[in-house]
Amino acid sequence: MSGTAATAPVLDVRGVTKVYGRGATEVRALRGVSLTVERGDYVAIMGASGSGKSTLMNILGCLDVPTSGRYLIDGIDVGTLDERRLALLRNRKIGFVFQSFNLIPRMSALANVELPLVYGGVRPAERRRRALAALEQVGLADRVDHEPNELSGGQQQRVAVARALVTSPALLLADEPTGNLDTKATADVLAILDRLSAAGRTIVLITHEDDVAAHAKRVIRLIDGEIVEDCRRVPVDAPPPRLASGAAAAAGGAAIGEGPGGR
Amino acid sequence: MTAVEILRFALHGLLANKLRSALTMLGIMIGVAAVILLVAVGQGSSEAITSNIARLGSNTLTITPSFGGGMRVVGGPGAGRSRAGGPRTQARQLTLADARALADPAAAPSVKTVSPVVTAASLTATYEGASHSIGRLVGTYPSYFEAANRPVAKGSYFINEDVLASRKLAVIGTTVAEALFGEADPVGKQITISGVPFTVAGVLKETGTQGVQDADDIVIAPLPAVQQSLTGFGGLDQIVVQAKNADVVADAEAEITAILNERHGITGNTAPDYRIQNQAALQETVSAAAGTFTVLLAAIAAISLVVGGIGITNIMLVTVTERTREIGIRKAIGATRGAILGQFLAEATMLSLAGGLAGVAVGVIGSRFPIAGIQPVIVPGSIVAALGVSVAIGLFFGVFPANRAAKLRPIEALRHD
Repeated sequence: MSGTAATAPVLDVRGVTKVYGRGATEVRALRGVSLTVERGDYVAIMGASGSGKSTLMNILGCLDVPTSGRYLIDGIDVGTLDERRLALLRNRKIGFVFQSFNLIPRMSALANVELPLVYGGVRPAERRRRALAALEQVGLADRVDHEPNELSGGQQQRVAVARALVTSPALLLADEPTGNLDTKATADVLAILDRLSAAGRTIVLITHEDDVAAHAKRVIRLIDGEIVEDCRRVPVDAPPPRLASGAAAAAGGAAIGEGPGGR
Repeated sequence: MTAVEILRFALHGLLANKLRSALTMLGIMIGVAAVILLVAVGQGSSEAITSNIARLGSNTLTITPSFGGGMRVVGGPGAGRSRAGGPRTQARQLTLADARALADPAAAPSVKTVSPVVTAASLTATYEGASHSIGRLVGTYPSYFEAANRPVAKGSYFINEDVLASRKLAVIGTTVAEALFGEADPVGKQITISGVPFTVAGVLKETGTQGVQDADDIVIAPLPAVQQSLTGFGGLDQIVVQAKNADVVADAEAEITAILNERHGITGNTAPDYRIQNQAALQETVSAAAGTFTVLLAAIAAISLVVGGIGITNIMLVTVTERTREIGIRKAIGATRGAILGQFLAEATMLSLAGGLAGVAVGVIGSRFPIAGIQPVIVPGSIVAALGVSVAIGLFFGVFPANRAAKLRPIEALRHD
């Protein structure tokens, strides 16, 4: 992983299209999107509903396949992978945060966070250690035994973030992570993402709110399945623009970056 | 993803829906318990029948007169005629002389005892106003008690001297004793059979037989006494021969055939005017019939097992549909198709295995109690088969829903509500 990681961009999307349906009902959700995301970048993809941003996100997260075009993640061409390797890729390279949290019901927060490690074949003791570390980073060390229905929306989303980063993936994808949250919880989750970005994690986030997009280093606007604007606010290696409180958070962020990683 | 992990997930999935899991297990449990119990009942009744026959003694041979073509011919000794084919001109009855000839140790070395028997049915016995129609009255020699395996529980047997003296003694079965005496002790009392007084010498041990004929509805008396007063001196109805042991039954049969053929003048191409029944052969026939009965019961039970299996499929389909979103989440965070398949297959197998084990427990405990008068006898093979089939059903019927779950694309599964 380290060999290619140094040179290849984390994301390399080339002319990706996605067409739903056929004939009269044909919907062209993506009309040829090309996009490169460097290691350590924090990208917000913006667009109105129906602009194809969720479709793009699903393709980036290897949950869906493009109709045409190539897509490389960490230098690996996703189109050539078989089902089993694709599962492995989702497990190792991508951490996904959904708008609707998507935690598994009736499983404790700890078990939910451990789940990717279970599928990744990590030993129980190591698994537990890493899951606890990830939960601590999102500030939920005291809620590890709670089940999703015993947690608030913000807490659930923080568990989901912990689950996404517990495998220390190359790419953290967040699909409207604050869409279902109130202002306070939104601020909590965005602060966590800022700290992760400051610690060097590559993040791609989908949103339709300018306030949320303002946290990113780079903002891409999508209209009718095409990129219409690609605006860099801060250089890739600089800290994110709205990083909460300077040095202390950055130090905490560094700990996040190193904590569960070690791969 | 180890096997332990898969089992842990499966267990978690089952515990998440305890009532549903319990009801599904109940279906399989009933199926497995039914198979074990019904096969045990079949086996128990088969063994009961066999032991009833064995009680007669597997080393006894019963000789009955045969008049060919099933035609009974009424008449005095030697008057029987057969009109059914064959060159036989005259069929003879079995006589006391035949019985004595069979008892000759030189001609029949394999024979231990010979008991000539006359029987009469539907005679009425009375005692102080109580009356009872006796199912079977047997006039015979004392050796009959051993040959027919009818030990006396109370009082005593009659002995050879009683036979010679034509004493009117009677050993009665428990049914007769209860009908005439109720709770009172019948030994030494005088009963009247068709107007002839008999003294009760003893009461036979209860056989507890089931079936049409009540083996306890019987009176056994010395042969000459019965002939004198009730049946007259006609031919014998039976000669019960006891072989020295079970191994020489065939030899005894050959010796009897030789003696009777000679005495009755039967040569190579004439049909014999008697028939020898071998208890062992009868036993085999009845065992085969009981075996068929057991198979029938097992088939009925197997149907309930299959119904239980369909219950598992049903529940697994519901579970998979209901948890489609969860499957999508698991796939999104890196679960392979094998991991999903394994989890749902393990759930189905656990359901059927747990239900099956519970069924084995119910079946084994249930078969300790008599069912419909039959003490069930567990066939170990039925436990293995029922459990094996229930797990196989779980696997077989679980594969379809599990495979459907595993094949879902993550995005399709996630969109499912």
